[in-house]
Amino acid sequence: MTEGPLLRVDGLGHRFGRVVACDDIAFELFPGEVLGVVGESGSGKTTLLNCLAGRLQPTTGQVLYDMRATGLSDVYGLSEPERRLLMRTDWGFVTQNPRDALRMDISAGGNVGERLMVNGARNYGAIRNGATDWLERVELDTSRIDDRPATFSGGMQQRLQIAKTLVVQPRLVFMDEPTGGLDVSVQARLLDLLRGLVGDLGLSAIIVTHDLAVVRLLADRLMVMRHGQAVEQGLTDQVLDDPHHAYTQLLVSSVLQP
Amino acid sequence: MNDTVESSGKRPGDPAYNFGYLDEQTKRMIRRGLLKAVAIPGYQVPFGSREMPLPCGWGTGGIQVTAAIIGPQDRLKVIDQGADDTTNAVSIRRFFARVTEVETTEETSAATIIQTRHRIPEADLRDDQVIVYQVPVPEPLRQLEPREAECRKIHAWSEYGIMHVGLYEDVARWGEIARTYDYPVMVNTRYLAAPSPIPKFDNPKMTGMAALQLFGAGREKRLYAIPPYTEVTSLDFEDHPFTVQRWGESCGLCGAGDSFLDEVILDDQGERLFVCSDSDHCRKRREEGHRGALAGHEEIRALEQADPA
Repeated sequence: MTEGPLLRVDGLGHRFGRVVACDDIAFELFPGEVLGVVGESGSGKTTLLNCLAGRLQPTTGQVLYDMRATGLSDVYGLSEPERRLLMRTDWGFVTQNPRDALRMDISAGGNVGERLMVNGARNYGAIRNGATDWLERVELDTSRIDDRPATFSGGMQQRLQIAKTLVVQPRLVFMDEPTGGLDVSVQARLLDLLRGLVGDLGLSAIIVTHDLAVVRLLADRLMVMRHGQAVEQGLTDQVLDDPHHAYTQLLVSSVLQP
Repeated sequence: MNDTVESSGKRPGDPAYNFGYLDEQTKRMIRRGLLKAVAIPGYQVPFGSREMPLPCGWGTGGIQVTAAIIGPQDRLKVIDQGADDTTNAVSIRRFFARVTEVETTEETSAATIIQTRHRIPEADLRDDQVIVYQVPVPEPLRQLEPREAECRKIHAWSEYGIMHVGLYEDVARWGEIARTYDYPVMVNTRYLAAPSPIPKFDNPKMTGMAALQLFGAGREKRLYAIPPYTEVTSLDFEDHPFTVQRWGESCGLCGAGDSFLDEVILDDQGERLFVCSDSDHCRKRREEGHRGALAGHEEIRALEQADPA
């Protein structure tokens, strides 16, 4: 493992016309580390994630990623085919709505296998085995490998999306509200699964959520956003148990206790 | 093929007439597109498709390509599903006979230009022949990627991995690649192309073909080409290689066991006839004295004697 950071962000900002979505964000992410980004709705979390994941060119600042060949390089300085190659080999993106990332008219196995085929796999048996293996790892019934995702429940679709994302063994995964829209018991199982996978594979991840319980479970470090700015950063337990910024205090105290 | 430069295309005393139906500017535009298409094998070149006197889907792309390359010395053959006597073939042949007055033929070996829908003739084509395909959907990625801009990027950077998703689905569901027509091909190891809805039986004929292969899609406004002797490979998996369909039967009329067969139902008693879809190939074999199992059959004789329009 390299000693340096996997991802370094400097002075990142993005504005939509006069609206500032995020402003002057800076952090480093090290291999194997999970960073949580929390904040209220409209605080610029998703825009930040899109900028980091190469999907949205930021207005200001730089996103540097530790490329296998060239070391830390500016993601937006790469040519588009290079960036697309990076996005489909080294990176993964888990969306809130699995229907955005899955092909609903292609079988579960085909969905997981797609990522392998896109990266050049041309042996049906190997693709099939890879897909079966990953369905098992996300605790989906392998007998449903030829069923379409449209026949799956929301939680199963989300697990399928995670299998599809992780099958190519990315080094960095971006997650946008991975548990949003799921009921509490399904959320708990999904979080358990994610925690296990992230630990086993030594993945780095950036998880955007408005749910403090999610980051408490998954994230090593936490960044709190408000009005497009990172108001507080630190170790997750530290930030949640001893919040310094007034907004973080408000956020932590407004969690419902059953 | 290139004599229209000398003649202006006009006919004395008939100002409405122009050789090959299209005006000279349009023909030039299509020829420029074709030159580009030949220079970049398999690449889809946009062109300004014109309104033709028949509906889109009936071969407007193929007709425009033929009209752009045909000259007074050419001999034209038009086939539809392999046969010279089907509606589409008859009407397009008659169209060109009227607007160019070139000689038409049903004989594959006598033709210099062959316009086709759904088949490649069984006989090997020569390097002095051109085959023009009518194409309904030129974009092989269309079913998997609905965004046109994204399709162009995939072509530009050769990111063709998603094409195997469709093949994977076939093998998962049917145990084999079930796609039988318009089977996607890689042209010259670079561009993915749709071979038009020819049966995959004909795909192996495309690779290294001596004749120039031109493709025209009228509605989608695209031209593409496969130059002579170009490598064309059909997509497949390492452990599920590309294969063509085989029939247990041979042609009922000429006895050919290696041609593409059509199944014809003869009566309501389950009597069936398998017959070559390439009518010229079948006729030639019968003239050479080959006889199939049903050659003497009454209904067949009636079919044989029926005069093609």
